Amino acid sequence: MELIFEKSKPGRCAVTVPQSDVPEVTLHEAIGNKYLRTELDLPEVAEIDLIRHYTNLSRRNFGVDLGFYPLGSCTMKYNPKANENAAALPGFTGLHPYADDDAAQGNLQLLDEMQRYLCNIFGMAAFTLQPAAGAHGELTGVMMIKKYFEKKGEKRRRIIIPDAAHGTNPASSALCGFEVVTLRSNPDGGVDINHLRSLMTRDVAALMLTNPNTLGFFERNIEEVARIIHAQGGLLYGDGANSNAFLGIARPGDIGFDVIQLNLHKTFSTPHGGGGPGSGPVGVSKALVDFLPIPRIVHTGKGFQWSGDFPDTIGRVRTFYGNFNVIVKAYTYIRSLGAHGLRHATEMAVLNANYVKEKLKPHFDLPYDRVCMHECVFSGSRQVAENGVHTTDIAKRLIDFGYHPPTIYFPLIVPEAIMIEPTETESRETLDAFCEAMIIIAGEAKANPQKLKDAPLTTPVCRLDEVLAARKPDVCWKRA
Amino acid sequence: MDYTPHTSEDIVRMKAEIGIGDLEELFADIPQKFRLNSLPEIPGAISEQETTALLSSISEKNKLPSLTLTGAGAYRHFIPAVVGHMVNRAEFYTAYTPYQAEISQGILQAIYEYQTMIARLTGMEVANASMYDGATAMAEAAILAAKTLARPRILFARSVHPEYRSVVRTYAWANGYDVCEIPYQRSGQIDPDILKQELSDNVAAVLVQSPNFFGVIEDIAPLADAVHESGALLIAGFTDGTALGILKPAGEAGADFVVGEGQSFGNPLNYGGPYLGIFAAREKFLRRIPGRLVGATVDKNGRRGFVLTLQTREQHIRREKATSNICSNEALCALAAGVYLAALGPNLAKLAVLNVQKTQYLKKQLLCIPGWEEVFSAPVYNEFALRCPNPRVINEKLKKEGISGAYEMQKDYPELENSLLFCATELVSKNDIDRVIAILK
Amino acid sequence: MSKPNPQDRKYSRDHEWARDENDGTATIGITDYAQEMLTDIVFVELPPVGKKVAQGAPVAVVESVKSVSDVYSPVSGEVIAVNSQLEDDPALVNQDAFGDGWIVRMRLEKPAEFGALLDAAAYELLISEEKH
Repeated sequence: MELIFEKSKPGRCAVTVPQSDVPEVTLHEAIGNKYLRTELDLPEVAEIDLIRHYTNLSRRNFGVDLGFYPLGSCTMKYNPKANENAAALPGFTGLHPYADDDAAQGNLQLLDEMQRYLCNIFGMAAFTLQPAAGAHGELTGVMMIKKYFEKKGEKRRRIIIPDAAHGTNPASSALCGFEVVTLRSNPDGGVDINHLRSLMTRDVAALMLTNPNTLGFFERNIEEVARIIHAQGGLLYGDGANSNAFLGIARPGDIGFDVIQLNLHKTFSTPHGGGGPGSGPVGVSKALVDFLPIPRIVHTGKGFQWSGDFPDTIGRVRTFYGNFNVIVKAYTYIRSLGAHGLRHATEMAVLNANYVKEKLKPHFDLPYDRVCMHECVFSGSRQVAENGVHTTDIAKRLIDFGYHPPTIYFPLIVPEAIMIEPTETESRETLDAFCEAMIIIAGEAKANPQKLKDAPLTTPVCRLDEVLAARKPDVCWKRA
Repeated sequence: MDYTPHTSEDIVRMKAEIGIGDLEELFADIPQKFRLNSLPEIPGAISEQETTALLSSISEKNKLPSLTLTGAGAYRHFIPAVVGHMVNRAEFYTAYTPYQAEISQGILQAIYEYQTMIARLTGMEVANASMYDGATAMAEAAILAAKTLARPRILFARSVHPEYRSVVRTYAWANGYDVCEIPYQRSGQIDPDILKQELSDNVAAVLVQSPNFFGVIEDIAPLADAVHESGALLIAGFTDGTALGILKPAGEAGADFVVGEGQSFGNPLNYGGPYLGIFAAREKFLRRIPGRLVGATVDKNGRRGFVLTLQTREQHIRREKATSNICSNEALCALAAGVYLAALGPNLAKLAVLNVQKTQYLKKQLLCIPGWEEVFSAPVYNEFALRCPNPRVINEKLKKEGISGAYEMQKDYPELENSLLFCATELVSKNDIDRVIAILK
Repeated sequence: MSKPNPQDRKYSRDHEWARDENDGTATIGITDYAQEMLTDIVFVELPPVGKKVAQGAPVAVVESVKSVSDVYSPVSGEVIAVNSQLEDDPALVNQDAFGDGWIVRMRLEKPAEFGALLDAAAYELLISEEKH
């Protein structure tokens, strides 16, 4: 498809600017030529060109509203439309972040209630809604851990992270100056407790644990894990990316987590927008409340107010108060479902994952065969060994069947990983049809492996040359 | 509401397939003592009709002004209808990050076009797919500079948005870097002499904004020379992105990175988020910059297509060695910005001129009120600072008339007593301004 | 199948090779087996000339589309030349790892280190073990 620049024709425009109704001043007078640009090279298109361009682009994109999207660890559940309408209310979209607090009481109430709901759901003492995404929440959480030990006058240099963790965990730790120590998984896919014992010293600030982990398993020894960490004065950090597995069933705070970061765009149904915006609230136990980012909401006789008066805070991690509009959607979701609905959604998410696991088990290697939580991880190793077909090929072939592929090649501890997260909003018919497609593909891998290697065949482009893209990077278009 | 489609019969059949009798069995790995019976503080489920009424009533507790003269890092601009219609297409907004390029060509191409537009606007060779907001874009650029040059000190102009400075401080502290603030002169621009004194071979980066927090336009070129002479990097930000429609791009003036807030490009105020972190750089930093990058390539039939590229920079491959931990960004806000910029095209310059005209008129009229005077002397874009007898009373008067007033600068700048920061975008009419003056006179 | 490992040089357990140029310098690269494991190399990050590197410390970085690997220096010394052709054509490492795909040349600080490196036969044994 042509680029918008290639459709550009001098003299066309989609939006005109009103005539000035104030006395003219020239830019030369008001600003001075030395500060002014001499050219502005943007596309010139008529409104209809613009609409067709982006509409046609949208047709080359796959979203949850088009079909099943079992992208493991991303919780691609349905994004309810009522949430979108709520967030689009002019009272929410039109308010300036520096509106007086008394003009923003609706927003402040919503944010305050959201914090309280999250505290209740996760069993934490307080939440900040400021982080813009999960990784940003991680960074905020690790900063609070750093501040906690600074305040105690302890120099702890290390953070322990399991080998199955998402890459953001070590990256977030390193950005706070911590050395990352890798913790092995045991043969059951859980934490290797003896290895943890040997790593845990008074030099370790925290264990960053994704629970359930990236294999989809709840840590059976979680009490022991928490005990080992806390016995040495360390903190237990929870990566809440997989919260869809326990909402309403158990609370990280009760289990001993000191910090947990969430992804509202996963667990709480807000759309991911093709890459963002997300929202990454962070909950903390009592011991860490003083270190939360500012500003925080306080209650006064005059209602809710923002306050920056918290001397031990880590400071700000972004401008203003967070991805407010995303939070409105998550708030609407919580209110729509209610306490029972949240629990029911969890049960259905876990039921769906186990159903898919059982149906596919005969056809694909299942490196860890136990009851899973919200997602299950297969391996394409059998197909590699027997048919020379890789997980990528299976994923690409799924596209031809109308599905978004699962997460592949993650977690790193499973060779040729295929990580399937169906979510609770998918029907049995959808799951059956998907499993049927996977089984057909497993058959094709044997009968006609080339078909998989050539896939996808039904898309506007076929497999793209990623090597060329990386060797000769072209990230901005230039006129030929 | 319940968005789960299973009937009770479905559940029975699925349990049988899995071989369990009770759903509780699925949670056997969670120690019994931690299992919950209820979430007492979460209200019960309600229907869509009730949620809609509830959320409407909450939103109506906010008081929207009839006119706004507040800027200070978030700007009310007209958003053309096309923007909403395009970003509300579910193919875009219900997608995840485009990991599977063949079924994500839409967002990938749109981001590639966005990157191109941003590079052109900022006078840079490359731009990324977005950061969280202007402040984190600035902070990440500063950290990148410090890591790249292995120098531990970051200088920023005091005229940079107070919240941006605060975010840079937080990030610098976490990484173990030093920060130092460079004062402004009477013009409202950074003091180049003090900057030169503070530059040393310990300094990795100098952070400025143009327009800066005071609305004042900085003279980037000589700053760039001074900064480069000491071997440091210049990170130039901006406040309101529409200024780029007329201002000389910082890239052209010698900046190494241009970062800023892209909210003005088609994104509503939304009480501060989601916004759009713009990040552009010189080509030589391409393999080190944070965030997603979309690159053009071809498929095996030679058709042009787009992929996420240079992913080895990112956390999922480099893990603790990555320069940034960013994963999700603000793709949908970048899409809005792309549609907005394509819709305006070169009319962005006209729009920026209109902002200047309104601002000049507002400023001139306010200065006619006895006792009011300019705080700074350098040229401004669509914001300006004025000293007046009693700012709090001024804002109270405006508020009574439903007008969102100026930003009180003393909150962040104790030295700027009685100073107000006004903003006038294209949405402020001559009548509005005359009304404001009538109220204040 | 990877190309045979030349006899005229020594090998490290991290799959680098070093060839003594008999003038106090050595040329360093990665083995053909290593490039095969890495798949298409898209970028080689070269050190500045003059950089001093200890044996076993990273001297360069090779990237494929989905991986990043340090190249560990098999010997201690100072970088006296880098293969700048790799900047434009990183694929040379894939095509000719033992020849045109060389990475750096170093002035040897401790020539005795050479003795402890593997010869071609020992290296072949190492990779045959790794494959199993």
